[in-house]
Parts: sequence; C-alpha cells; structure tokens
Amino acid sequence: MRDANFSRGLVPLSIGSVVLLVGGFAMVFLYAPNDADQGFVQKIFYLHVPLAIVALCGFVAGGIYGIRFLRSGDRVHDLRSYVAIHISLILAVGALVTGSIWAKASWGQWWVWEEPTLVSFLIVFLLYACYQPLRFSIEDPERQARYAAVFAVVGGVFVPLNFIAVRAAESLIHPRVLSTTGGSMPGSMRLTFLIALAGMAVLFVTLNKYELTSKRASFQLRALRRRLAGDDDGWVPVRRSAAPQL
Amino acid sequence: MSAATEPRAVPTRVVVAALIRKDLRLELRTRESVPAMLLFSVSTFVLFHFGLDARSLEGDLAAGVLWVTLLFASVLAINRLFVAEREEGGFDGFLLAPVDRTALFLAKATVLFSFLVVLELAAVPAFAVLLLAPPGLPGLLELCALLLLADVGIAVVGTLVGALAVQTRARDLIVPLLALPLMIPVVIAAARGTAPLWLEAGAEPMPGRWPAILGLYDLVFGLLAYAVFDYLLDE
Amino acid sequence: MPPAESPTSTGARPGGWAAAGAAGEPAPAVELRDLSRAYGERVALAGVTLTLPRGATLAVFGANGAGKTTLLRILATLLSPHAGTARVLGCELPRDGWAVRGRVGLLAHEPLLYRELSGRENLRFHARLHGVGAARVEALLEAVGMTRRADEPLRTLSRGMAQRIAICRAVLHSPELLLLDEPLANLDPGAAGAVEPLIGAGSGAARVLISHDVEHGLEEADVVLGLRGGRQALLARAGELDAAALRELYA
Repeated sequence: MRDANFSRGLVPLSIGSVVLLVGGFAMVFLYAPNDADQGFVQKIFYLHVPLAIVALCGFVAGGIYGIRFLRSGDRVHDLRSYVAIHISLILAVGALVTGSIWAKASWGQWWVWEEPTLVSFLIVFLLYACYQPLRFSIEDPERQARYAAVFAVVGGVFVPLNFIAVRAAESLIHPRVLSTTGGSMPGSMRLTFLIALAGMAVLFVTLNKYELTSKRASFQLRALRRRLAGDDDGWVPVRRSAAPQL
Repeated sequence: MSAATEPRAVPTRVVVAALIRKDLRLELRTRESVPAMLLFSVSTFVLFHFGLDARSLEGDLAAGVLWVTLLFASVLAINRLFVAEREEGGFDGFLLAPVDRTALFLAKATVLFSFLVVLELAAVPAFAVLLLAPPGLPGLLELCALLLLADVGIAVVGTLVGALAVQTRARDLIVPLLALPLMIPVVIAAARGTAPLWLEAGAEPMPGRWPAILGLYDLVFGLLAYAVFDYLLDE
Repeated sequence: MPPAESPTSTGARPGGWAAAGAAGEPAPAVELRDLSRAYGERVALAGVTLTLPRGATLAVFGANGAGKTTLLRILATLLSPHAGTARVLGCELPRDGWAVRGRVGLLAHEPLLYRELSGRENLRFHARLHGVGAARVEALLEAVGMTRRADEPLRTLSRGMAQRIAICRAVLHSPELLLLDEPLANLDPGAAGAVEPLIGAGSGAARVLISHDVEHGLEEADVVLGLRGGRQALLARAGELDAAALRELYA
C-alpha cells in the first residue's frame, strides 16, 4: 500500500488529456458537420455524451475496486473506489447540466422525461449522490470502508440493469429526443465523437490520479506530524470524515 | 462439561427456519411492520380516491399509483427489519453461533417477502375497490405473477439496504435514499406490465418483457446480495 | 512484569488445570501475542501478550475504556485482530474463527436477548442456532430457578432475572471458554450461588472475567491482566500480585 505510486505518468496523462480535449473540441467546431435536424445546438452532444459514458464507466469502476477491497482488505482499493465514484459524480453533474441545456435548446424544456437515457442517468445520479452521506454516517473507519464498498458494488451492478429497464420502458410513441440523425452517424461526426470520448476518458484517469496523489500526500503529512509530535500510535483526535483514511 | 474438539456447524436450513420463526413470532407480538404498511397503503389509496379528479383510474395511472404506494409501504418494513437485531444485540447473538452467516440474509429476505405478500393480499383488493372502475381485477393471474416477482426483488434489495442502513447513524434517511432508486427498475417493469391489464377499453395482454426484466433483476440482485451480505456483518 | 507461565503444580483451585505445553495435551485456552486493534487512528488494544491454560481463570482489570470489552469481543470472534496473533482453543483468529464459535460462550454487557420474547423462547431460539436440544434449555432454566417465569416476556422481568436467562444463553452449548463481562451484576446472593456451577470456577471451563469488584475478581483469578489505555500494564499470577500496581490502573 505504501509503495503505490499514484502519480506515475501524471504529466504525460495531463498533457494527453489537454491535447485530446482541445483537439476534439476544435474538431467539433471546425470539422464536424452541423446536424440536419437540430443545427448547431446539437454540438453539445460531443460534450454531453462523453461525460455521461465516462461517468457511468467510472461508477462501474468504483464497483470493481469495491470488490477488490472486500476480497483483499487492502485499503488502497477503497481509496480508489472512493475517488472513482467521487469524480464520476462530478462528471455526472456535468452530464445532467449539458443534457438539460441540450433539451432546452432543442425542445424548449429544461428536462424531458421521455428521453430514457437522461432519466436512467438521473436515477443513477440520485443513487450515487448518497455515497458520501452514507460514508459520513458511519464513524468506524473500517466499517465505513466496507459498507461503502458494498454500496459501490451494488451500484455498479445497478447501472446496467437500470439502463436496460428504462430503455425497455421507452414508449414507441415518443421518439428519442436526443438522438442524432436517427441513429446513424456520418464518418466525420463519428470520428469527432470518438476523439471527444477518448479525451474525456483520459481526463477521468488524470483527475483520478491527481486526487489519489493529493490524498496520499496528506496522509503522509499527517503520519509525519504524528511522529514528530512524539507518539507513533497514540490517541489523535480524529475528525469524522467521509473520505477513506489510509 | 464435555470438551468437544470437533467444530460443530449447524445446518443452514435449520438456522434459517429458526430465524424466520423468531421474526414472525416477534411480528405477531409487536405488530410493528405489517399494520403500518397496511394502514399507509389504504390511506394512500383513499387520499388518491379523493384527491384525484378522476374517481377511477385506468391503465398507466392506476398501475403507477398501486406500485408506487407498495414501494413506499415496503420502505416502512425495511426500516424495521433489523431494528431488533441492532437494539437488542441480536447481531451479536447470531454472530456467536456456528452458522453460515448468509442464513441471516435468507431468513430476513423471506420474512420481508412474506410481509409484502400479506400486505398485498389486503391492499390490492382495497385498491381495486377504491380506485379501479369497474371494481374488479382483470388479468388476475398476470398480476399475481408480477406481484410475486416484484416482491422477490423488493425483498432482496430491501434486506440488503436494511442491513446496511441499520448500522449507520441515519437509518431512517438512508433506507429510502438507497432503496428507492435501486427499486425503480422494479416499479418501471411492474407498472408497465400491469398497465395493459387495467385499460378501460378492455384488458390487453401483458408484454412478456416485463416479467423477464423483473426476473433478471431478481436473479442478479439475489446473487449479488447473497455474495455481499457477509461483509456487512464482519467487523 | 512477570510472565504468565504454566504452573507445574496443580494449585489449590477446584477443577484445576492441566500443565499446558506437555505433549499430547490440548492447546491452551487463550494464547495472545502482541495483540493489537485500533479504532481508526485511536488505539483500542496494543501489545497484549499472555497465555491462559485450559480450565484457568483470567481476570481483566482496568478503568473504563481501557480495552477490556474489546479484548473480550476479539476472543469471542466478534472482532478481528489488527496486528499480532490470537489463538483461542488452538484456533487462530480470525482465519479459523468459524471453528471456535460453537465452543466459546459470551456473557456480554447486554443480555443479547429479545425483549418481546419470553425467556424460554429466547433460549429455545439460541439452542436451535447452536444445535442444542430443548432438554438442555429446561435443565438450565431449572438450575437458575427461572422455570416458573420462563414464559413471560423478557421486558417484564427484573434485571436480575434477565441476567439469569442471559447466563443460561451463554452456557447453553457447554462452551470450553467462557467470556464474562460483569457476570454477577444485578444478581442477589442466592442467584449468584445458583449460577456458580454454570459460570464459576467449578464449571471446568477456562474463563476470562471482567469485574469491577476487584476483590471478587482476585478471588476467582488464576492470572490477572491489567489494562491501561489499551496497553498491558500488568500481568501476574494471582498469588504474586502487587496490590499497589493494581490500584494504579484505576488512578
């Protein structure tokens, strides 16, 4: 656990994510054609969908780390799970906001209940919004980590199941609101989309590493402080927190 | 005192049976869960009966009212499911026994399932009388299938969430916050499955994908809960 | 600190103990080496090391919050050690905790009984969990003098009566190691005498006893452990105890 070097590759990853995202958005405005139905407004799709996809994958990743924590007991996996979910939640807020803007611009309403992906995403978001309050409500750090891992695993399984259920519930009468050109994308759009998606994924990994590194640093700082204060494992007033302690 | 050197393990079915008996007996004595669920459900139906302009509902709306009410009623039961264990040291008493710990999950899920069945035996007819027109339950067989499948899903997820929430400090908040989103697929599938049965024009057949989705949900969450429940009891 | 060695003489205790470590003898009841457990960053137990032979009694003293209950719960397999080793009845915790569970009896601060059920129903339930028959339940109820009121809900009984039922629960499965947290609390002298053969030195089981009644604890003990702030402050055989050191625990 102490040897885990979270900041390995941080610089190239940061550069990579900047390059991909900037390049991607340049392509959005310069290269990709305007959508036939929705016009310029549709371009927010290149931000909204990658945000949503990466957020959902992040939640599932949080679940995978949760499983690893439960099986190994190594607190580093709990930390990874926490950070993955934490950042995915932020991306999810972004996805909801951009989705809302898209809906307002195309359809004049800030929210459309008929759009199954938006609705299922909202449900997932509401669930994961409880992750940190749940952690905070458990004082014992061990139990907190374990229960959070259970939650992460259940949530990770829930994401695909929920998607299936909501998609199946989509009525044939209401057309998919936020689809692009009826489902098939011309090559230039697809390329732009893939680059934007790749950029978002790299950004996610980079943000993860940043947060992991920063947390590691603060744990080490605290451990050093304790040692300087004289007692290695003496009683230290612990502030209740939702974040995992290493 | 005999010094048994062989580890003695009690068979799981015996343990599950003992736990179920104990919980059913406690419920009969204290009457905490089922009457509360019933009262809540029936009063909700009455309120809808007077609150909605249409005195009778059909299709989507009727299904939605029924299933959302059942879901909220189940939250009441989930809240109380592990309270006796938590407050009277029941977890410790169980953990000291040489038994497989998932027996607790099986027993509690069965108990919650049985509470739901009892609730529905009374609440669904009440719903039909108060809110359906004509008062009657077309498609009874399909409805029962949906009820049973949905009850399994609610029981599994409810037991998991209940066990998780009971050890936190904000149990009454955490249960609805976690359980309701997790059970939304159940509501969706069950409501969409029930809706065609209650159309005023005449009952239509229920699309087969809804029981299939419920079944998938039950299977996946059942296995998951079974695998993960142990970790909630460890320390 | 004098280490707790196995005695070569049988001592003056009834139901005396066998010299542990001799070939072919059963493993000691409790073997702890450097046992530690933390609560977050706070130390609950640290560096506890002792050996308790079969049939012997360990008395644990210490101020509130010193770690006595934590120690008891670790021995009961309810908590797992964070560092060091703990062996109970020859089985290493937490890996082999499952093997030990049916052989250890815990009498905790709470009775671990359901208040709405009667004494008999509670005991029958625990009997099923441990694979014990109903006859044993009746015998125990008889032994503690609770047969007459065994069918009333526990919440209607006095604390002393509930304590007696709790004692029955703890010894229901004839454990080889008894973990007792204030066993005689709320018991009148008559009841205390009635439960003596079940949980006292005469029971034949090894015992770990927490008692705030220092005199009583000392009377019963073969080995004495003093905890202070989770750490082992003193460990001595009963006869060799320094009374001053004991008093300091509570200072």
